[in-house]
Amino acid sequence: MIFILVAQTLVNGIQIGAMYGLIAVGLSLTFGVMKILNVAHGEFLMVGGYIAFWLFTLYDIDPLWGLPLIAIALFLLGAAFYQLLFSGLTKFHEEIKMKNTLLVAFGLFLIFPQIARWLWTADERAITPMYSGESFPILGIQCGYVPLCGLVMAVVVILGLHLLLTKTYFGKSVRGTTENWKSAKLMGINVERTYLITFALGAALAGLAGVLVGMTQTVTPDMGMPWTIKALIVLVLAGIGSVGGAFFAGIILGVVESVSAIFMGPYTVALGMGIFLLILMFRPQGLFGKA
Amino acid sequence: MGKRKEAKLASNWKQLSASGGIIGLLVLVPLITTRTDVITWFYLTLLYIALSQSWNLIGGYAGQLNLGHAAFFGAGALAARYIWLHFGLPLPVAILGGGLAATIFAMIIGLPAFRLKGIYFVIGTLVLAEILRLVFYTILPEADVMPMKLLGTYSLIPRYYLSLLIAVLTVVIIYWISRSRLGLGLMSIREDEDAAEASGVDTQRYKLLAFTISTFLAGLAGGIYAYYSAAFRAGGLFEPVWTFDAVIIVFVGGVGTIVGPIIGSVFFVLLKQILSLYLPGGIHVAVFGVLFIIVVLFLPGGLIELMTKFRKRTSVGEHLH
Repeated sequence: MIFILVAQTLVNGIQIGAMYGLIAVGLSLTFGVMKILNVAHGEFLMVGGYIAFWLFTLYDIDPLWGLPLIAIALFLLGAAFYQLLFSGLTKFHEEIKMKNTLLVAFGLFLIFPQIARWLWTADERAITPMYSGESFPILGIQCGYVPLCGLVMAVVVILGLHLLLTKTYFGKSVRGTTENWKSAKLMGINVERTYLITFALGAALAGLAGVLVGMTQTVTPDMGMPWTIKALIVLVLAGIGSVGGAFFAGIILGVVESVSAIFMGPYTVALGMGIFLLILMFRPQGLFGKA
Repeated sequence: MGKRKEAKLASNWKQLSASGGIIGLLVLVPLITTRTDVITWFYLTLLYIALSQSWNLIGGYAGQLNLGHAAFFGAGALAARYIWLHFGLPLPVAILGGGLAATIFAMIIGLPAFRLKGIYFVIGTLVLAEILRLVFYTILPEADVMPMKLLGTYSLIPRYYLSLLIAVLTVVIIYWISRSRLGLGLMSIREDEDAAEASGVDTQRYKLLAFTISTFLAGLAGGIYAYYSAAFRAGGLFEPVWTFDAVIIVFVGGVGTIVGPIIGSVFFVLLKQILSLYLPGGIHVAVFGVLFIIVVLFLPGGLIELMTKFRKRTSVGEHLH
């Protein structure tokens, strides 16, 4: 009996954690490559969730089939916002760039929820296809279809991202730009385009995560900030800029949260944040970062 | 040299008498009108002036983007409310207690966070306020309502004067700091922390001092709200809007200036009231968000810069400090 409880908790934790990881990876990518802390990351997630909701309720498109559409839509949205607002700031000195892009993202974070409230009202929305809520047993552990799909999707997306970054020319340009954008530029890499695509990719990842959130929890206009904070926590746990670490840190946070939920009840969220503050103070390079 | 000094004195005198005139008029407001909406409007503006000015010290002058200011506002408000209503001590004690509580709190929790630099400081403060919000919504879930006896004799006028007093106090303190050695040191930290350190500014001590004063003033601003609000939920005091309103007011008004947050607050409250007549609530935040982005991208001096451009004043140096 106790084994089942423990195993069930772990499974739940891993499934939630994969979602956390997926959200944090996008944020980590934009910060790692361009030193832009996109506090509007959760807002892109919200938009992704709402598009999936629209596709599902208006056109009866299954959210899982809608994933590519949503990724493309968010990619374009991210590219547009980057071009419009952020591209002018990348030429500045690093510290000024970091501060000003943070402020612009903060401005977006203020605007998005209001527009969403106007477009979609403040009602809580959920995407509920036929199979949501159904589960199947393995060794006495209940495993939901939707969380399992989420886990599979997160793993696939992150593997894809990993291959993109390590095996392609684009990945090479991203890694070169991350290390030293000036040298990269001198070597003939189109840094501007790399930035544009990276930012858009970050937004697309947030949108995909938004679909998962919409299927397992709810979509509201104000959901952006809590998810941004969650992503920031994972980011700091992993070490800022570590893309692969972000995914594992997400899973760790998910497991810690679901285990502590048994003992701590409503204080679980605060626990995650408390751990985060401790890490920030004593190991600012993160769990997976280099000292 | 003597002539310049004289001109500066004259300009100081002009500034002083202008501020004195404005404060005098503000003192007269409740005598001129009895309309509660007008007094509430003035009260809100003054509350925002106190709150945004306190943020301005750490965020504007020292350049440390504190996205968890609500933590200190909330700590001050909650402590003041408890000291005043639940322990039954006199109001001035409660307000001061609120300020002190915010500072002590900043020392305990904020101090380690303050060792963090740059981006880590931003994330750390943001999450700190969020933890408090969640914890207080959980441990104090019920609304804190003023007792019937107090509600029966509730009057806006003392609330208004308290907000006036604290707003003026805050502005004076920040003005004084901005002209002192401390202010100069803070601005040098904002421009380039390493260079400041190299030129002999004790950056850690200066930042800490600014943080202490800033949180104390935020706690006092919390006291205004604790005295005013008939009912609130403890978690609501730590809502991120308290931080974000202060940040956008400071930036739209003019970051790192004395007049900026004042103009920003007047504009913010005015826009909030006007827009809420015609549009769904909260849309003023979106408008201010757009203004905020425009300011960050194209007008780093905020409304103040715009106004001085219009007035075409020749003494540029004075506004650049």
